Amino acid sequence: MAKARRKARNVVYAGRIKVPYAWSVGATGSRFLTALRDDQEIWGVKCPKCKRVYVYPIKNCGECFVPTEQWVKVANVGTLESFTVVHYKHDMQPRKRPLIYGLVKLDGTDGALLHLIGGVEPAKIKLGMRMKAVFARQRAGSILDIQHFAPA
Amino acid sequence: MGKRVAVVGYGQTYQRSSRKDVNGVELINEAVRVALADAELTIKDIDAIVIGNMDHFEGINYVDMWSAEGSGAVMKPVMKVTTGGTTGTSVAMCAYYHVASGMFDKVLAIGWEKNSESDTTGAIITAFHPVWERPNLGGAVAGLAIEASKYMHDYGATEKDGARVAVRERLHALNNPYAHLHQEWMKGIPPDQLVDLIVGSEQNQLLAYPLRMSDMCPRTDGAAAVIFAVEGKAEKIAPIPAWVQATANRHNFVYAGDVDMARNTTIAEASQAVFRKAGIKEPLKQIDVCELYLPYSYAGLKWIEDIGFCGYGEGPRLLWDGVTDMDGEMPINPSGGVMSSNAIGATALIRVGEGALQVMGRAGARQVNRKVNLAFCSGFGGCYWADIMLLGRKKPA
Amino acid sequence: MENIAIVGVGQTVCARRREETFEQLVFEAATKALADAGAEIGDIDNVVTVSNDFWDGRTTSSMAVQEAAGGWHKDISTVEGDGAFGAFYGVMRILSGSFDTALVVGHIKGSEGVMNLITNAMFDPIYQRSLGIDATAAAALQARIYMQMSGATERDFARVSVKNHGQAMKNPFAQLPMKLTLKDVLESRPIAEPLKLLDCSPISDGAAAVVLSNRRGLKRFKKDPVWIRGVGHCTDAFNLGYRDLARSRSLGEAAKKAYKMAKIKDPLKELDVAELYDAYSYMELMWYEGLGLAPEGEGKQLIREGATALGGVLPVNPSGGVLSGHPVIVAGLIRLIEATLQVRGEADKRQVKGAKTALAQGINGPCGQAHCVFIVGA
Repeated sequence: MAKARRKARNVVYAGRIKVPYAWSVGATGSRFLTALRDDQEIWGVKCPKCKRVYVYPIKNCGECFVPTEQWVKVANVGTLESFTVVHYKHDMQPRKRPLIYGLVKLDGTDGALLHLIGGVEPAKIKLGMRMKAVFARQRAGSILDIQHFAPA
Repeated sequence: MGKRVAVVGYGQTYQRSSRKDVNGVELINEAVRVALADAELTIKDIDAIVIGNMDHFEGINYVDMWSAEGSGAVMKPVMKVTTGGTTGTSVAMCAYYHVASGMFDKVLAIGWEKNSESDTTGAIITAFHPVWERPNLGGAVAGLAIEASKYMHDYGATEKDGARVAVRERLHALNNPYAHLHQEWMKGIPPDQLVDLIVGSEQNQLLAYPLRMSDMCPRTDGAAAVIFAVEGKAEKIAPIPAWVQATANRHNFVYAGDVDMARNTTIAEASQAVFRKAGIKEPLKQIDVCELYLPYSYAGLKWIEDIGFCGYGEGPRLLWDGVTDMDGEMPINPSGGVMSSNAIGATALIRVGEGALQVMGRAGARQVNRKVNLAFCSGFGGCYWADIMLLGRKKPA
Repeated sequence: MENIAIVGVGQTVCARRREETFEQLVFEAATKALADAGAEIGDIDNVVTVSNDFWDGRTTSSMAVQEAAGGWHKDISTVEGDGAFGAFYGVMRILSGSFDTALVVGHIKGSEGVMNLITNAMFDPIYQRSLGIDATAAAALQARIYMQMSGATERDFARVSVKNHGQAMKNPFAQLPMKLTLKDVLESRPIAEPLKLLDCSPISDGAAAVVLSNRRGLKRFKKDPVWIRGVGHCTDAFNLGYRDLARSRSLGEAAKKAYKMAKIKDPLKELDVAELYDAYSYMELMWYEGLGLAPEGEGKQLIREGATALGGVLPVNPSGGVLSGHPVIVAGLIRLIEATLQVRGEADKRQVKGAKTALAQGINGPCGQAHCVFIVGA
């Protein structure tokens, strides 16, 4: 015991939380993702009260607290409201560097969609650029069915 | 001093094993709408929101932020409270304190869970210490099985006694359209016979002796919302507000091994604190109805003793005498209890909502057949944590 | 609002990695706060712990600290969010009349998890998480939108970093005391453009606690009370693209409530010191505006003029702020503690002379979605 005490260093116990998840997308989200997958179309929902069009769609308008019942097809193009080039790595990143995020306000919507930016050199990206959705060849009904947004 | 507070509205979603048609935010929104409609209020009337669930069951970090659009929280004060199984009652207590403080008049308490979205046992095991406990622990079922075994050993209780609790819960659930488990086949069969059928059934899978499937609660997707209002406003919203008489909790233990398996000392202590505050000397006589968080059957024998409704070892007698049935002296879980629905973040809040409903006389088919002056509601979780909220018809002094 | 006071404060030193377990850190902060108040755990009527299951890597992680926080045989609950919100809950519990005193204690061991993954988990699992977004990348998006709206530059952000890291040199609890130049910040490693290493707060381990009391409970304590003059909290929408990321309307709302309670009409004049939540350098400028210290878009003027430096009109973050130490969950509580020390005149080398009224801010959620503002005074 005396020997152990002399040699004892602070032990680090490594572990991971290994709980698998199966999130229900819900009927509203499913319709949106299905349209991405099957038709390469982007659909939003409109609030009957404030008329805001939401992409990604949400079943309830947060500002008005009323159900958004109307579906609206929106364009695959929009304006770049912000972007960032990321210089660090972690396990959830879907691609290698250059990893670029953007907030793209699609024409016909009232806010921006968070997504990846690609097909352009980081140094060439400017706020206000027109961007278009580039769909993935293999699509599974997920937000990554849009591969990224590239200059239109 | 503080303000007096009452429950004035309650809503829940239909508790189901899986709600694939909605995501979590949408589920929350459903319950909020039902509660607002119940109280005839709009979201604009709500001054603050408290929400709770168990993070790892849905794998969402900062749920209060994530659900803002659905809970009605946009541009309102919002807080998240989470305490494991007791989350629902902790959320109720937090909402109560918001109003009692005098700083908010009408507060919405939301509890929810989509247990279908994850491996519940896998997530529960992470509640225990990663170094000392997690590698050995068998999850919630195993822990409760130990308690059940000890109780049987100390007081000679039998599997049939445990099953009598399960039968009561499941029969009561038949009156509750919102409950998850509706064992329709039990309708019309006397409890004694049901007990024999359950104990004798080979299909009734043994999980961890003495616990079988019939002794346990389900995993549920569900949400509930309760609205608390301040005196002066509560009376205008509800014809019979359910006044908070007293509330207390005890979360004494940290490690599973420290828990005293002989008696549930935390629920005893919390109950005594509440009875003291409310001036209750004879609980069985004075309490009209209970909504107890009983996660498994044997708790329904033992914990009613710890609360003080009867002496140690007398729990089974109360059950078999029908004291806790719908037409008994003190009905327990007219809603069907946790054994009939267990969306964990909502579960304890539903106890409060159901207790309030009983006081208000609005529980429909599951209303107990008498004027309810006092409803005793409890929450349970973690290492035998106990939350109590006592609701009543009279505005407290 | 009935008078509630802060009568004891305790904080651990913030470090990149503390060897103690988080229960031990909670015990350290709680005992420090009690000692500071000249009290014992028996003087505490109820406890609020502040923690987060993801950061702790445990379901119901609050269970781990019940004993360390003095919850034995007491009413106890847990807020999952920033510590300032937890402190507010402690205040309400006393105001309810059920308790005269409360202990609020929060903890974090940032070193024990992977910050990017933990903050990735606060984004929507269907629409955002698989993109790999995390708190820092989101903040970078906000920073650029703010720059576009206000004309604030990376240089302005660097001014915040220089000020705060420099101030940290006077704070024995701070993790990153550093004497920097603007050039140091501007040339530091890019993290998520336009944010560079020195624009970002570090990963930290730490715990902090406050003891609260109403007038009746004061006799149990030896410390002079610092009164809570006003408090407010408010949450914005979650959907990042649909928030006006350049303006913090929820901060404005929270501040309005706190100012009203504290009867403050001109915060820049009437406040003596402010402790703000600068998780990233640009945030401090945004919070100036949200708090009404500067008109919209003009936060940069305050930093350029030195108005928020130690000798300025309203010193901000004399403690070094969150850039100098970021124990998530705890940081807002530390802001409240620092504000309290200032009002007491106990802030040693970082003391703002004659400070009698102080503001403390906590934030929660991505890009400062929710805010909690406290005003404390002598």
